[in-house]
Amino acid sequence: MASQEVLREEPTRGSLINDPRVRSIFIQVVAALALILFIWWIVGNTIDNLQRLRIASGFAFLKGRAGFDIADSAIAYSSDSTYGRAILVGLINTAIVALAGIVTATIIGFMVGIGRLSNNWLIRKICTVYVEVFRNIPPLLVIFFWYFGVLSVLPLPRDSIELPFGSYVNSRGFYFPRAVWGEGAWLILLAFLLGIAMSWFVARKARQRQMATGQQFPVFWTSVALIVGLPLLAYVASGFPLSFDLPKKSTFNLTGGFQVKPEFLSLYLALSFYTAAFIAEIVRAGVRGVSRGQTEAAGALGLRSGPILRLVVVPQAMRIVIPPLTSQYLNLTKNSSLAIAIGYPDLTAIAGTVLNQTGQAIEPVLIMMAVYLGLSLLTSAIMNVVNAKMALVER
Amino acid sequence: MTQTDLSWVRTELAQPMPAPPGERGLVAWVRKNLFASVGDTILTLVGLVLVAMILPPIIDWAFIQAQWTGPDRTVCATVAQGGTQPDGWSGACWSFVNAKFGQFMLGRYPLEERWRPILVGILFVALLAPLLIPRVPHKGLNAVLFFLVLPIVAFVLLVGGMFGLPHVETPLWGGLLVTLTLSFVGIVVSLPLGILLALGRRSKMPVVKMICIVFIETIRGIPLITVLFMASVMLPLFLPAGVTFDKFLRALIGVSLFAAAYMAEVVRGGLQAIPKGQYEGADSLGLSYWQKMYFIVLPQALKLVIPGIVNTFIGMFKDTSLVYIISMFDLLAIVRQNFSDASWASPQTPASGLIFAAVVFWLFCFGMSRYSMFMERRLDTGYKR
Repeated sequence: MASQEVLREEPTRGSLINDPRVRSIFIQVVAALALILFIWWIVGNTIDNLQRLRIASGFAFLKGRAGFDIADSAIAYSSDSTYGRAILVGLINTAIVALAGIVTATIIGFMVGIGRLSNNWLIRKICTVYVEVFRNIPPLLVIFFWYFGVLSVLPLPRDSIELPFGSYVNSRGFYFPRAVWGEGAWLILLAFLLGIAMSWFVARKARQRQMATGQQFPVFWTSVALIVGLPLLAYVASGFPLSFDLPKKSTFNLTGGFQVKPEFLSLYLALSFYTAAFIAEIVRAGVRGVSRGQTEAAGALGLRSGPILRLVVVPQAMRIVIPPLTSQYLNLTKNSSLAIAIGYPDLTAIAGTVLNQTGQAIEPVLIMMAVYLGLSLLTSAIMNVVNAKMALVER
Repeated sequence: MTQTDLSWVRTELAQPMPAPPGERGLVAWVRKNLFASVGDTILTLVGLVLVAMILPPIIDWAFIQAQWTGPDRTVCATVAQGGTQPDGWSGACWSFVNAKFGQFMLGRYPLEERWRPILVGILFVALLAPLLIPRVPHKGLNAVLFFLVLPIVAFVLLVGGMFGLPHVETPLWGGLLVTLTLSFVGIVVSLPLGILLALGRRSKMPVVKMICIVFIETIRGIPLITVLFMASVMLPLFLPAGVTFDKFLRALIGVSLFAAAYMAEVVRGGLQAIPKGQYEGADSLGLSYWQKMYFIVLPQALKLVIPGIVNTFIGMFKDTSLVYIISMFDLLAIVRQNFSDASWASPQTPASGLIFAAVVFWLFCFGMSRYSMFMERRLDTGYKR
């Protein structure tokens, strides 16, 4: 009886120190205060230092004349342009090298990753060696290797190495014919876009028909015919408006054509080869992650190995592959900032130059941070959409 | 009635027959692994062509034509380039690596003081090796010596300025010494910091959680170079006038903070994989938050994410090469700097130096990844979720 009475009593209040809620609030208040004090201290110091060193602050410098040249620029730029435009050039260069690197790294990575799962002993070993070599050396070293070890020991322009299709390679880069579009070339582009739109439409219709009647339609070949054939037709119809500006050998240099500079080339190759090793491992893990039962069940249904891969294994593997693949894409984008080491004018390199010229340390770094964070968010957003498409739809 | 016994039961077991000749031996292996089908054969042939195209030139360049010793660039340059080799010669210039080996390892550390980093290196190996071999006893003492005593001894020996040792400024440090110091400090600092950040991110206190999330996501979203830029140009502005600190220390802070953010995400993955019952069980035993984490949750969580932790270590080890950007001379940077040494400049020098650096980096990273695989297997208790 006594025990029941005890139970009915109010629990005795302990000290406030032992109340988890009070403690939690106390810790948070202390943390917030400490953070605010810390930031206040930093901001105070910074303002002091800036005044003492007579460094201007604010983003007004973006409108100032840059006064330096940029070797590789996708948009019109001269040393008379503004700092803002210089940074934009850098941003575009970063985007170009990141995008090109992502595409190439994905292709190499998928090939090597699937190669590591091959039944063929030789192919498996070659792919393993590739992955183990590139995963364990710093990307900067790979970039240096391409730049100093390979591209800069190529012959001088007058002994350029000739490659097929009128392209040349020498120590100043890679030269290939530039397409010169004549009048009516827009027709070809239009036909190309039309081809893509029509094949999308055909694929949709074909799927609907297969769902309804079970009859298949050769979507792939139709699409090839549409996407390649229509522009070809347009090319003929508009009177062959395409000519090539071929690089020509002169005594000391190559003139004409399209030049890819060795800086870009080594950065692009290094990033692709380096990231491809990581993508290969991701792909391998993804394909391994699909249980054997799936393959066997598909085989029992009478599918052949091609359709088993395409319809059963790959869609499930992609679910495992996409999230880590996204972070590899982000890594590649961030690693493109290594461009500064060999003088390719990417965002980091140009922001660094701006920082040195204006003496304003904070703003360029802030711009860099904002841009890279933005690029990261953008890439993640795109990959999240892809991921959502691929994700398991549970019923 | 006569009963005919038609049934027959074998009394002894039949011995297994040897595998058919086509299923054993080298021929069968080759047939199964290299020429199983038409496609396979084509792949094998392509692979063979690839190997035949790549491997012999590399062996020829790196071993047969290579120059191992020599006083200066003349042994590594052709006659046309001002050397002694016949025209058209191409081979690795290991004599360059040989001549610069001391610099590659220790940078511009004063010659008469080089016994100090070498002693630190010997101590490092002597303490690390027993720590890594599971059978050696006294792990606790060993760990204390390695993680607490060694850094102090190493600091005294490397920096000097006390006990009669002359002071050696950090700008003179270089080579593998810098690479290893940066990675060691990075590893020792980033793991505990990463665990704290991960706990903070999983905390139920919104303010603490917010601070941790903002820190982790910001650092993870920007390249290391930007962090190093911040450490080298912005950090001095953040401090009161007159307070400066060493560039080396700034790089250390940058690398450690960067690695800590990645470590935090790895550890968080481990924390999330621990079932709720473990947390609740610890709570019901009346353990405090820190006891719960230290005795129950973290041992399980960290074991789960060993591969991730080691991957972060490897990544950090590779990333130390980026201090080149803020003009510090780690192994890669010092190799790179020596390309422009006029007495060694030749077309073969850069590739030789870079391949040497690559081999050193590769050995460390590959060693770490193999060791982590070994540890994973050893710590595997068989309870797989």
